[in-house]
Amino acid sequence: MRKVAIAGAGMTRFSGKQPRTAIELFGDAATDAIRESNIRSQDVQALFMGNFMGDFEEGQAHIQAFAADYLGLARIPANRYENACASASAAIRDAFIWVASGYYDIVLAGGAECATKMGTPLATRTFAMASDSRYEYASGLTFPGVFAMLTHLYARKYNIPLEKLKRQLYQVSINSHYYAARNPKAQYQKELTMEDALKSPMIASPLQLVDCCPFSDGAAVLVITSEDVAKKLTKKPVLIAGVGQASAGNLLSQKEYLPRIRSRELAAAQSYKMAGLGPKDIDLIELHDCFSTAALIALESLGFFPYGTAGDAVEKGETKIGGRIAVNPSGGLKAKGHPVGATGAAQAYEVVRQLRGECGERQVEGARVGMTDTLGGDGGTLCNIILKRGW
Amino acid sequence: MEAKLTFKDFNEGLKQGKLSGLKCQGCGELIAQPRILCGKCGGSEFDSIEFAGPGSIQTFTVNYVAAEGREAEAPYIVAIVELDEGPWVMGNIVGLKPEAATIDIIGKRVTLSGVAVFQGDKYSAGEAARPLFKLL
Ligand SMILES: [Zn+2]
Repeated sequence: MRKVAIAGAGMTRFSGKQPRTAIELFGDAATDAIRESNIRSQDVQALFMGNFMGDFEEGQAHIQAFAADYLGLARIPANRYENACASASAAIRDAFIWVASGYYDIVLAGGAECATKMGTPLATRTFAMASDSRYEYASGLTFPGVFAMLTHLYARKYNIPLEKLKRQLYQVSINSHYYAARNPKAQYQKELTMEDALKSPMIASPLQLVDCCPFSDGAAVLVITSEDVAKKLTKKPVLIAGVGQASAGNLLSQKEYLPRIRSRELAAAQSYKMAGLGPKDIDLIELHDCFSTAALIALESLGFFPYGTAGDAVEKGETKIGGRIAVNPSGGLKAKGHPVGATGAAQAYEVVRQLRGECGERQVEGARVGMTDTLGGDGGTLCNIILKRGW
Repeated sequence: MEAKLTFKDFNEGLKQGKLSGLKCQGCGELIAQPRILCGKCGGSEFDSIEFAGPGSIQTFTVNYVAAEGREAEAPYIVAIVELDEGPWVMGNIVGLKPEAATIDIIGKRVTLSGVAVFQGDKYSAGEAARPLFKLL
């Protein structure tokens, strides 16, 4: 296997409702990534595009072929990845594998989504399609409902009073907003106070709106090349040191593990092993905080804190920049936004910027190794990617 | 090969108040939803079984924001119940006001008390039943 690097990364600002199509957003991010990589667009050999719900958002299935054409690349193979919220991470992992194998030298991988085009009732319906249509949705389970049930389970399993856990969860969202307010690409550019959090409406008990990521539009794209190619193109290639991916069935079939997410533990172990690194080596993580509880569960399954203690760590500031592990310095899904099909690529975009030291006020000083963590559905897909400086 | 238990079998059974499942002949695993191979041992031979109905609440949520087409149902209680035989199933808790569903209901005994059917929408290829549980 060859070593593989990210030669360049591009990302639109994430936002609420806006007029452009997902293909146009993808084009913006892709051309920025191509320009930054110092390649010509014609050098791209394949396009791997994450997109969750183009069919419902814009009546656009098969979006990848049209995205390739929009970029003047109609001749190359283009594949769509639909792994719910982990779509772009699955695309990046496959791009890594194809380049590592030697089959391709230069691949564009990322994703785009225009979730706000659906409106909340249809978006709530379509997001629920990423859980089990027969044995979960029949009961009226929605996506906030999945993590609401995991929150109650978490509180009970680790014997944490719900009031205390709720306070810790508010702090997760407050931290995300703090960093998003310092990220010009973030959907929400304002901080959140405990007072705002307390009066937020209930969505699925015990989760309130403040615990939930928004519906978002946006795109993010990476240029993925062999290490040799990347070193000729850029002074600061970012190496893909390790990747992992695993699957799971519905919540009912995850009985033995919940609230732990087994697919995450498998994927993380693969990525740590491939990179020859462990949790202690990671300077920052962009993790899947689709709901505040999801962040705590991720921090524990990834090995940063013992089970049942991530909330305490958040309260002590150990997940802030300068703490034990810098968590979601981009603002995370919660406040940077969560255009589903683009999210994994946006996580990688932030890690690339951090490793290069380009993040200004929210820079993790001296960051050398970063990780992404992306969860699709109710744990149905889990991808982890470890990135490190290649210079 | 043909599956021993299909969605149609499961759904029709549930509508008549039966919680259908599978017992793996290879490892004895009990499963409360259709599957073609055993997740534990990979076995393909199953016996059909029926679960009795009693169990305990493992977790729940009161959902206030329903998906398109199901707004009239909200608020409602979704729960995961561990059947006495072991497997987990998802359903709704009935006979309890949503505002009374606090974390204290976790661990409480329940039993199958009926069935409700999501009649389906234009996306769902028809109906899907779910069990209703009441506190014992
Ligand atoms: Zn078996």
